[in-house]
Amino acid sequence: MSGESLRRATAAELRAAFQSGAATSRAVTDELFAAIEREDGVLGAWLHLRHEEARAEADRADARYATARAAGTAALNELPPLLGVPVALKDLVNLTGTPTTAGSRILEGYISPYDATIAARLKEAGAVILGKTNMDEFAMGSSTEFSAYKKTVNPWATDRVPGGSSGGSSAAVAAFHAPLSIGTDTGGSIRQPASLTGIVGMKPTYGRVSRYGIVAFASSLDQVGPFARTAQDAALLLHAIAGADAHDATSSRSPIDAALLNLPSGDAAASAIRGKRFALPKEYFVAGMEAGVERAVRDAVAALEAAGGIVEEVSLPTTEHALATYYIVAPAEASANLARYDGIRYGASKHGGGDLLNGYLETRGRGFGPEVRRRIMLGTYALSAGYYDAYYVKAQKVRTLIARDFDRIWAAGFDAIVAPTSPQVAWKFGAKMSDPVSMYLADACTLPANMAGLPGVSIPCGLSENLPVGLQLIGKPWSEAELLSISAGYEALTATAAWRAVAPHDLAKLGGGAA
Amino acid sequence: MSDLTRAEVERVAALARLGLTSDELGKLQGDLNLILEQWAHLADVDTSSVPPSAQTIVQAMPLREDTAEPSLAVDDALQNAPARSGDFVRVQAILSEEADG
Amino acid sequence: MTWHAVIGIEVHVQLRTVTKMFCPCAIPAEGDLPNSKTCPTCLGLPGALPVPNKAAIEKVLAVGAAIGAAAPATTIWDRKNYFYPDLPKGYQISQLDFPLAEHGTIEVTTSAGTSRVRIRRAHLEEDTARLRHEKGSDGKRSSLIDYNRSGVALLEIVTEPDIRDAETARRYAEELRLLLRTIGAADAEMENGQMRVEANVSIRPSEDAPFGTRTEVKNMNSFRSVEKAIAFEIARQAEVLESGGTITQETRGWDESSETTYTMRAKENSHDYRYFPEPDLPPLAIDPAWLAGIVASIPEIPSARRARYVEQLALSEYDAAVLVGEPRAAALFEASRAADATIDAKTLANWVTGEYLRAANEGAAEPDPVQFAALIGAVSRKEINGTTGKELFAELLGGSFDVRAAIAERGLGQISDDGALKKLASEVLAANPQALADWKAGKQQAMGFLVGQAMKASKGRGDAAQLGTLFKVLLDA
Ligand SMILES: [Mg+2]
Ligand SMILES: [Zn+2]
Repeated sequence: MSGESLRRATAAELRAAFQSGAATSRAVTDELFAAIEREDGVLGAWLHLRHEEARAEADRADARYATARAAGTAALNELPPLLGVPVALKDLVNLTGTPTTAGSRILEGYISPYDATIAARLKEAGAVILGKTNMDEFAMGSSTEFSAYKKTVNPWATDRVPGGSSGGSSAAVAAFHAPLSIGTDTGGSIRQPASLTGIVGMKPTYGRVSRYGIVAFASSLDQVGPFARTAQDAALLLHAIAGADAHDATSSRSPIDAALLNLPSGDAAASAIRGKRFALPKEYFVAGMEAGVERAVRDAVAALEAAGGIVEEVSLPTTEHALATYYIVAPAEASANLARYDGIRYGASKHGGGDLLNGYLETRGRGFGPEVRRRIMLGTYALSAGYYDAYYVKAQKVRTLIARDFDRIWAAGFDAIVAPTSPQVAWKFGAKMSDPVSMYLADACTLPANMAGLPGVSIPCGLSENLPVGLQLIGKPWSEAELLSISAGYEALTATAAWRAVAPHDLAKLGGGAA
Repeated sequence: MSDLTRAEVERVAALARLGLTSDELGKLQGDLNLILEQWAHLADVDTSSVPPSAQTIVQAMPLREDTAEPSLAVDDALQNAPARSGDFVRVQAILSEEADG
Repeated sequence: MTWHAVIGIEVHVQLRTVTKMFCPCAIPAEGDLPNSKTCPTCLGLPGALPVPNKAAIEKVLAVGAAIGAAAPATTIWDRKNYFYPDLPKGYQISQLDFPLAEHGTIEVTTSAGTSRVRIRRAHLEEDTARLRHEKGSDGKRSSLIDYNRSGVALLEIVTEPDIRDAETARRYAEELRLLLRTIGAADAEMENGQMRVEANVSIRPSEDAPFGTRTEVKNMNSFRSVEKAIAFEIARQAEVLESGGTITQETRGWDESSETTYTMRAKENSHDYRYFPEPDLPPLAIDPAWLAGIVASIPEIPSARRARYVEQLALSEYDAAVLVGEPRAAALFEASRAADATIDAKTLANWVTGEYLRAANEGAAEPDPVQFAALIGAVSRKEINGTTGKELFAELLGGSFDVRAAIAERGLGQISDDGALKKLASEVLAANPQALADWKAGKQQAMGFLVGQAMKASKGRGDAAQLGTLFKVLLDA
């Protein structure tokens, strides 16, 4: 393998090529860095690249493959699945010795003195960590326009947003700058950009992946998850990062499904759809949904039915309250999580002339961007004396009702919920910047799963106006392997669909310099 | 719920230690009121017999055995500090208010 | 006029654990470099998370059980939000609605008798960093932060406003400390900040009048200053009211040198801590079997032990208080009785509160309780006399030492055989004719002289009391 085929290879293909010796991790790594060098001036996906360290990691992986090849097939199969496979990290994953900005000026220059658990697990798995990707400041946003550092464009249309907040990670995978990347999803920040950039993105069950070392937005909602171009690749990355962690009291001790390493493919995957029961919640076809999006999603649902899936329309009546609930709970938690950014132990520090109070006010008032300030204000208000019961407690009660809505679906025997991921395809830069409420509506279909802690995946299901549309599958707790198996089945069913032949823009033709 | 007044916006900004300009405060007042309007329908949801959920997928709390592990080296702990004085982190003098235990 | 004081006490005490409350950093020790006991969690670095220390929770549950408090079926932690440079996360992880212990009592004995102080709640939280203030060479003032103490496990114990005088407040604090030490929950040394006492003080004209405006008194660094500061504050408030003034709700510090309180902070401009459940920690269910195991391992608490000593062992209130007041003394007393239940309790108590505590306070090694019991047994059965006992006690502190073997091998046994003593007395009398003459002349001290000579001749082994009786018979013959 070489050149373009290396660059476009999936993680599963790379593993096979590394095992057989058809390709080296170093060659892939060099190829990807070259692509990034050529194209990121336009794409704007990357905030920090680890040229030296990544190449060293690739060389170490190649050495291990060579040794194992000499020792035989058994030794090769024992190597960790992601050995030598390049991965990008959203810039809120702490990695020792590298910058972590969370997209904010307030963390400009911050160098992590420790590894996030998932960073340590990826190192342990022998993955090649290419660098850190752009994001909305502190993961607050749906377009990556709230990054304090740069603009990330959608590889499908450079005048459009890649979605957010993990827009850098999704754009990097969609643009073939990395086969895999890590995102975080608090209200849709993995699934929504996956949908807008035409790739696979999964938010696992709350607690499935450790949050230790992930810069917090809203602790009871945040989950780390994979971006990939196939369901199988997403499963491989999830398997590498998931599992109980002694550093995160909310991480689950329930065992990781080994099926993630061996999802069905081809006909086997397609035929596994037969007999599966899918709930289609009518409330997810919200007012303001684009006709092309609805068409693509309904076509996907029809394809599942044609393959023997059983689809029933259901009602999740609390859906209409999820957005307001989310925009109380998430900012409330964020207002406390972001209190540590005071310019004392780390970060950009401003002296407000004289005493410490002014230092706080200046550091935080200038260090945070407008969306973060807005959410800190919202959250502080919702928790403040006199409003706590009316807002915070009320929202936590409605959250119980949202979770019960989903429980009823599982109790009725459904295997998964099918729904749109985003009511719209990627929109043009600036279209929602002046109106926070319209920006918040972009997450209307994704955030209920966060409120209930459920796993959800977005997979490409067609195009509208030549832009990707995502199909969302939401499952019961710990059903990641099942959701990804269904996803693989849908991929098999639509492998020859015309829309799959359409690729994102060829960024190389657009020119542009290095990151 | 009534509209957030300018004074309340200023009170919340002070609580959150956000030093904002007059323009920013004005813009926030508008934004927050717009958002609060979107929250208003929550008041109508009947939650009289519903317990609040701070988390929804709840694990049993794992407790840590009382065994020490190495701490960070002092230089690693302080490598990001904007101001140091020897092995201490240094900040501007505290002239006003608020300490508790 | 007479004023009636109302006092509530809030104590923060450092738990005796190896590591901090939510991270595995060791508790800082004397001499540790600043910021050498920190990690991402206790520094509040981006992305770090808390995981609770099991031992700290067990210690608080034990304290709760020891004061008769109820433990919740499930507890949670809450975030208490405020900004201060000693608080790295901008919030303290504390407990608001579900403290680990609620509604207990502590019995306090003062010169006026015994009373009960109700404990409203006891909860577990984390300590802050330490601040130091300095003036730079440029004249600019700044604060220096050492995060070593950040995240150390603290127990906060709050009483109901049940205390009515400064002496009871002091005794409450002392009794609490003793209780914490007895059950091994804390060392609670006030002098080095392991135990911090704050008092809410108000006064009113009569016992049934509504509470007056209260002040909060801080910075009391010893039990003595707790009593003095509260007494001062009661007197100060009375003076203000009597001269027509009003009490301002404020925080006042105790100044040790002038023995007065002063305004630290005027009325708190209504803190808004924005408490909410800590989303990084799931609720903690208190498993009944776990709790039962903790309760079963709690030693007898001081008030119960004092009562038992007085009622069952017939010790004086004073002896019981001294013994129980020193956990190591009580431990030796108990271990000695366990080794030999037949020892006279009063004799044992005298030795523990006397010889033992004197030696222990001078830094002597702990005696082996089995040998100590053997020694006191020999004394109380008059096998050896008191002087010999003290000599052997000194040797016993030196390490491995067999009391019974020493008595036998060295022939230290007390001579109480009537025949042998009679013979000794006759010999001593014969050798000291002047003493007989003195006695006949009415000089009572001749008796003491003769007993002394007999003890000397017996190398201290004679039974002095018995010798006295014998001499009296001989002299008056
Ligand atoms: Mg406290
Ligand atoms: Zn620590």
